Amino acid sequence: MALYSFTIHELQKKIESGEFSSSELTRSVISRIDEVEERVHSYIRLLKEEALTAAELADENIKAGKIRPLTGIPIALKDIVCTKGIPTTCGSRILQNFVPPYDATVVEKLKAAGAVFIGKANMDEFAMGSSTETSAFGPTRNPWDLERIPGGSSGGSATAVAADECIASIGSDTGGSIRQPAALCGVVGLKPTYGRVSRFGLIAFASSLDQIGPFTKDVEDCSIMMNVLAGYDPKDSTSVNAEVPDYRKFLNRDLRGWKIGIPKEYFIDGIDPEVSEALARAMEVVKNCGGECVNITLPHTEYSVAVYYIIAPAEASSNLARYDGVRYGFRTADVRDLTDMYKKSRMQGFGSEVKRRIMIGTYALSAGYYDAYYGKASQVRALIRKDYDDAFQKCDIILTPTTPTPAFRIGEKTEDPLQMYLSDIFTISANLAGIPGLSIPCGFTASGLPIGMQFLAGHFEEGKLLQAASAYEKNAAIEKRRPNL
Amino acid sequence: MKLSASDVEYVAELARLEVAASEKEKFTHQINDILLYIDKLNELDTTGVLPMSSAISVTNAFREDKIVESLGTQKAVANAPDARGEFFRVPKVID
Repeated sequence: MALYSFTIHELQKKIESGEFSSSELTRSVISRIDEVEERVHSYIRLLKEEALTAAELADENIKAGKIRPLTGIPIALKDIVCTKGIPTTCGSRILQNFVPPYDATVVEKLKAAGAVFIGKANMDEFAMGSSTETSAFGPTRNPWDLERIPGGSSGGSATAVAADECIASIGSDTGGSIRQPAALCGVVGLKPTYGRVSRFGLIAFASSLDQIGPFTKDVEDCSIMMNVLAGYDPKDSTSVNAEVPDYRKFLNRDLRGWKIGIPKEYFIDGIDPEVSEALARAMEVVKNCGGECVNITLPHTEYSVAVYYIIAPAEASSNLARYDGVRYGFRTADVRDLTDMYKKSRMQGFGSEVKRRIMIGTYALSAGYYDAYYGKASQVRALIRKDYDDAFQKCDIILTPTTPTPAFRIGEKTEDPLQMYLSDIFTISANLAGIPGLSIPCGFTASGLPIGMQFLAGHFEEGKLLQAASAYEKNAAIEKRRPNL
Repeated sequence: MKLSASDVEYVAELARLEVAASEKEKFTHQINDILLYIDKLNELDTTGVLPMSSAISVTNAFREDKIVESLGTQKAVANAPDARGEFFRVPKVID
């Protein structure tokens, strides 16, 4: 078995016992990247030299008995988290040459845990997209079918794990950008509760929705990553000062006495029949774990996409106003005056989807429209949150499909933004309500595409997500298939 | 139509974006589709519903007003497309 194919928890034992070194592991991951990256394009920037140096240091630490949870493990970072001295583009031409002067808090935490950074992963520009096709640096392809999209916006982080171009990765999720690509690429992805993980150093898209989380090969690895990432950070005033449990303790338990809520609004016409069948099988597995499936209702589900496409662009239009070609980022040459410089730099620096969303957000916040759009959307957002508060009175956890269909074809939805937006219909409401969600593989279509399902829990109940996902993973015995690249 | 091509021009101006002539028609059409879809929210009566602006209940995050190490001017201007010493250079603002 190639070294790159192991999980974090397997590697922890093998590296500690000296079966092989971090340098050997890192070289194995690099050789895998050399083999498949040209076809998949998971990365905007590879950090091969830096990774080998970090791996050597990890090996010295191991010899000295200084072993931390991720010592010597190659990890990929979505190119939206700032890395000191390493260019961070956010998938955009406007930040093509931006070199952050500091590390994001999650980067500091991963470094402190011993991680080896192997590269900066590709993404939709400013995390705006569901397919990684809006990246200024070219699309990422789904390793299970290179003609299909990997999902987005954290597409490169998902494919890097699925194609074994790293052991685990970091993504960010504003409306499904971790869970949707995790589902479409057949890996585990967790969006934590808003405030659970520091957003300091995460390039802002929609600040009331953005949250950083991990992509991993299995649930145990997800719990290991969450132990490293979670926690209060004084540098992020929206991070929450609440106790962080040891997430590993939720593994290997059953679900006896648990009620699993099945929301009727998620099982509607338009869902791919193979996705419905996979979910029906998953419900049987959950029952075998001791859980009881109960019907619940989330009545405002059908409004979540409409709410999101006011709130997220409104916040984005404000956040992206900082890209003015003055302090950092792209500036166009040959300008008449200051306003001309702003407009031309932004026109040439931003791609179409980013411009579209800035304009929707600007319109929704403009004089005369604020109440009708932003005000109304913020009210319906409160109703969506109340739906979840009510539902969690009746159940411990909610089970849904992560996406209505498996991965769609490259180019299929690029000319119709609304259709693209609707592909996130099952993931968006968790961000609006601020609750955590986890996507886990639950089978394959007849043509071999991965299918994912989503667990949702109340605020700060990541432990419940991991307990349910771990119990499911053990009992479902989903075939351990890897993409044939 | 929710908004016309000239509305798109106006919004672009507010957002300090220049929209190429070739993109204007497409943007108008696409943004219209999205706004028409968003009209769905008007099906709901939200009288008396308090708007939600944060995903979790937050209070002001106060901290001690302590002096800590800052970035420093050199690093702060290092990414500027046109820096001169401690300053950002921009085209002339006032005639």
